[in-house]
Amino acid sequence: MNEHASHDIHAHGDAGAHGSLKSYLIGFALSVVLTAIPFWLVMTGAIDNKQATAIVVMAFAAVQIVVHMVFFLHMNTTSEGGWSILALIFTVVLVVIVLTGSLWVMYHLNVNMMPGLHDMRQMP
Amino acid sequence: MTTMLMLQTAKTADAEPVFHLENEHEHAEGGSTMLGFWIYLMSDCLIFAMLFAAYGVLGGNYAAGPAPKDLFDLPLVAVNTSMLLLSSITYGFAMLTMEKGRVAATQAWLAVTGLFGLAFIGIELYEFAHMIHEGATPQRSAFLSAFFTLVGTHGLHVTFGIIWLVTLMVQVWTRGLIAANRRRLMCLSMFWHFLDVIWIGVFTFVYLMGVLR
Repeated sequence: MNEHASHDIHAHGDAGAHGSLKSYLIGFALSVVLTAIPFWLVMTGAIDNKQATAIVVMAFAAVQIVVHMVFFLHMNTTSEGGWSILALIFTVVLVVIVLTGSLWVMYHLNVNMMPGLHDMRQMP
Repeated sequence: MTTMLMLQTAKTADAEPVFHLENEHEHAEGGSTMLGFWIYLMSDCLIFAMLFAAYGVLGGNYAAGPAPKDLFDLPLVAVNTSMLLLSSITYGFAMLTMEKGRVAATQAWLAVTGLFGLAFIGIELYEFAHMIHEGATPQRSAFLSAFFTLVGTHGLHVTFGIIWLVTLMVQVWTRGLIAANRRRLMCLSMFWHFLDVIWIGVFTFVYLMGVLR
């Protein structure tokens, strides 16, 4: 038991948990690239199709969030005995439910409540 | 019932007493702070998820008012984004110098981080003032209400982050890089990088998608 406790204390004070100069610089370089490309795409309209641009921009954001999590927040599967990644996964699940649920329900509500779309005489 | 209990206690009294102290071992002070703070950040993430959802739902309701295309100035947003990104890397440098125990260098990097944070807030306030001057107030349309709530909440977080940063600089100034101060600086580091992560969502979904729409 004491061995386990001392291991925990060591893990919290471990310098490796904060990353190194190299990892910060790699993370920063990746972030700059992953930020600059979406801005460039939207500002110049390099891709003609707006929907395609939107998908590419969102993909870049998703990758950049992962980069920040790994290189700046030092997220990995072993920190805090796996509890931080578990909390993160739980939060991501909730965020996905909230976002897709809200957008999906409200989109259909808007579409179906549009005046003139339905002829009420055809309703039962 | 009572006799049964009596019998049980009598039975265990004969045997060698066994203690289960699995949850009572010593915890280092602040040993669970990082995990606790991480869980706070996750709950904060849920607040932003709600605001993003509200913006996603209401973001198209202009009420015949200005649309994102008329309001957003992407070069300004790009500068703002770079301010936050630079403040993230300088906070990283502050953490690296903190590990080496160099007080002056840590303070210098923290000060630089704070200045980048102030620049971010300054540009954001300029943008807000410009929009409000043009009549694009939070009351104008559902899109603008959602916009100001989401981006304003993020800006408020950064403002409190700067106040926290100054507080910690004073703490480090008076007490040095003691264990408690290192722990506090690590919490603020997570908070600061987390705000940068939220900003990725803001500039993508609000600004870039808004101009695309």
